[in-house]
Amino acid sequence: MDDLINDFIAETREMLEALSGEIVAWEAMPDDRARLDEIFRFVHTVKGNSGFFDLPRIRALSHAAEDALAAVRSGARSADARLVSAVLAIIDRLAELVEALETGEALASEDDSALIEALSDEGPAQAVEAEAVPSNQAARTSSRTIRLPVELLDRMMSGVSDLVLARNELARRIRATGDAEMIAAFDRVSATVADLRDGITRTRMQRIDNLFAPLPRMVRDISGQIGKQVALEIDGGDVEIDREMLEMIRDPLTHIVRNAIDHGIEKPAERRRAGKSESGLLRVCARQAGNQILLEITDDGRGIDGDKLVSRAIAAGLVTAERAERLSAAQKTALVFEPGLSTAAAVTDLSGRGVGMDVVRANVERIGGLVDVESRTGQGVVLTLRVPLTLTIIPALTVGADGQVYAIPRSAIEEIVRVKGGGVRVESVGGAAFATVRGRRLPLVHLRRSLGREPCADPSAQSLVLLRPAGADLYALAVDDIHDHEELVVKPAAPAVMAAGLYAGTTIADDGKPVLLLDPPGIAAKAGLSLHRASADAEAATSPAPAAAQGPAALLFRTLEGKTRLVPIAAVQRIEDVRPEAVQLSAGRLHVALGETLLPLEGCGCAVPDRPIRLLRLGDGHKEIAYGFADVVDILPLPAGLMPATEPGEVRGVVLVGDEQAELLDLHWLFARHGARSAPGAARPVCAIPSGDPFMDAILRPLVESAGYDVVASGAPGSEAASIVIASAEAGEAPAPEGARLVRIRAAAEGEDGSVHRYDREALLAALAGEGPPRRRRRRG
Amino acid sequence: MAELLLIVRLGGERVALPAADVESVVEIESLTPVPGAAGHVAGLAALRSRVLTVIDCLASLDPSRRLPEDAAEAVMAVVDGHPYALLVEAVEDVVEASGERQPAAASLTGGWRRIGRATVEAEGDLLLLADVEALIAGPAREAA
Repeated sequence: MDDLINDFIAETREMLEALSGEIVAWEAMPDDRARLDEIFRFVHTVKGNSGFFDLPRIRALSHAAEDALAAVRSGARSADARLVSAVLAIIDRLAELVEALETGEALASEDDSALIEALSDEGPAQAVEAEAVPSNQAARTSSRTIRLPVELLDRMMSGVSDLVLARNELARRIRATGDAEMIAAFDRVSATVADLRDGITRTRMQRIDNLFAPLPRMVRDISGQIGKQVALEIDGGDVEIDREMLEMIRDPLTHIVRNAIDHGIEKPAERRRAGKSESGLLRVCARQAGNQILLEITDDGRGIDGDKLVSRAIAAGLVTAERAERLSAAQKTALVFEPGLSTAAAVTDLSGRGVGMDVVRANVERIGGLVDVESRTGQGVVLTLRVPLTLTIIPALTVGADGQVYAIPRSAIEEIVRVKGGGVRVESVGGAAFATVRGRRLPLVHLRRSLGREPCADPSAQSLVLLRPAGADLYALAVDDIHDHEELVVKPAAPAVMAAGLYAGTTIADDGKPVLLLDPPGIAAKAGLSLHRASADAEAATSPAPAAAQGPAALLFRTLEGKTRLVPIAAVQRIEDVRPEAVQLSAGRLHVALGETLLPLEGCGCAVPDRPIRLLRLGDGHKEIAYGFADVVDILPLPAGLMPATEPGEVRGVVLVGDEQAELLDLHWLFARHGARSAPGAARPVCAIPSGDPFMDAILRPLVESAGYDVVASGAPGSEAASIVIASAEAGEAPAPEGARLVRIRAAAEGEDGSVHRYDREALLAALAGEGPPRRRRRRG
Repeated sequence: MAELLLIVRLGGERVALPAADVESVVEIESLTPVPGAAGHVAGLAALRSRVLTVIDCLASLDPSRRLPEDAAEAVMAVVDGHPYALLVEAVEDVVEASGERQPAAASLTGGWRRIGRATVEAEGDLLLLADVEALIAGPAREAA
């Protein structure tokens, strides 16, 4: 509100200044129609603007003057000297009032009625003028604002940008001379340039309020139009952002808000049915995080229908049906950013006009930003826009790789460590892998590899830059050298350069050579690390031909037997080293103890390993399995063209990696194999066994449990829910509860048909699984 | 007024570029490679405080060919606000077209068909008028 008042004051004062000449001229020639129009426009504008605020005096005065002038314009009145002086008195009073508004001082004269009366056709004419004269000159100079054309600011900004470049160049040359005095003198220049740049940058900053201001009206109009009720909550309007950036996100934000109302939030009746309040909630929230602005747009609507998107994507040929099956829920939701996939069943007036979320994403990415979408069915969608604070100058670290210099935005850098330094371990087998920095294990990306260059001859001389790209997980980037911290003027790169997916822009280094600014999220995505960005499928759909066959990222590793296998990286939760003591053959299977957890161990056959092994901890979101292996070979996009295995097993099939065969782990089979036993909390069928029998309690019970049942004692609370009741054949007939199967177990090796020998494991399991003991069937037949 | 043409040598032929599309003729001294970019992107070069994206026009014409390492003559053009330097075998001259543009012959082959916009006559020769944007786009976009 303060901003708006200040705008009003500035605008009114400006108009007054421009008008002063007109007023004098009008006084001399009251019949001059052009002058009259000018003055009429002024009072009209002031009247209109003052209506927004609680400024009754200004409003009353300007209203009266407008009425009188309108009468003159329509010819109902003539502009005599009396009217002219009355209008001028009002204009003077308006100037005073505006000034008082700015300084916060009260006006001596509180009564405007005399001035207004003077306007009337037959009022006393002379008395009013003297009163208007006193004016507070001192207050007028106190706080001043000026209005500038933004082009001027832009020109200054680009001038300062070039100045920074020239300074960097000069700094390099002066440092080379080694002249201490010169360096000291130049440092002062340098600091001044930095101050100047800060100042100019700030002049271009605007409160993000400006972006939010039209939203309430828009939300009201749109929701009214389509019969929905939407409450809008806005937060963080005081965050400041570069003017240019503000303009760049205006359209994406508008579009997202429209979408949320049009497609996200349901109609009142539907909301009521879903047990929600009739009025939907739309939250727009801005906050600053480092040198990024986060904009979150949250609605509590129906969410994005991922499956519908998938079927459309298949219909549009964006993904194959086979690949679609492998998409995670997040990847499905991310399809909303694909061109031509709007989920609305019908194209609506509001948002289905061919401008889709793909345009939103393109616009945001063009300015170095990111869009994330998170959807929960029935609960709503959160869209997060991350945009840099400013476009032009960023602090950066310059690094070397294969003899070339690259820049990394410092905002993404968490830490820089030397490979040789303490607490750092690089497990680099075959060129890919992981870095452990003070016990923290991170995925490692070799910059040289990302750039398609030869690996470094001496990896121990490299440094690791730990990067936390916006919206993604921390990873380590191995570079050859660390050069310098520099302020770089970043220019957008040409589309042909951006297409590489590795760069965020270009810049010129101190020595005048162009430098590529690396894009940390892009590099992570290329290396298959980031799962937060749109799916690899999306990348393939938008990038040119060579990348077309990319699947989700997979980890290529060598098994303990020396075989090369692949596992989708999404299933790998982490990699650990374990000592052989942690592994034990128990219950017929290998288990490994990892701290407090005991996990089934696969990949080692049935032999307890005799040396330390490495484990992949595989997870499906609920369960975990450890998979022993020898070493990591690479992380790569899952190749297409799977040759399925002939029999179900640990291996789903074979794919070609380069010219080598690799077996793809069948995660479904692996998890299914361990499925029943480690699903805590899941509803398991209940089996009732006789109580007080040592065989039943100590020997049978674990077997039944391992087959996936909760075991209760017959007759105990909960036993009525049992779907299987086990009874001893020797104890005579036991009543089976309604809806339960009875399995009778005998102690003797031979005995009554329909019962199962207590140590006939297979028959027992078959009976539990409901296949029914074969002997019972024989008796019937 | 007759159209002004900039004559360059590309793939052993004399090729015309519309002078109106050309900002200047520059000499590229050193190139900063752009790993990962398409083959016809030769790299980046600095021109005062601007970064030029340097296009190897021979590679743009025919993905299997490259201009020699020492190629330095380039034509500068700005497309969509991005400055480009189009490396060619040689920059010859600016001449006046002696007639109107004519539709390019359907018999153009390979990359020529992609970059040729029209034919135009100048100094008694029939020249292919190449499209600056097509040269910058290169072969990849055409395939998509």
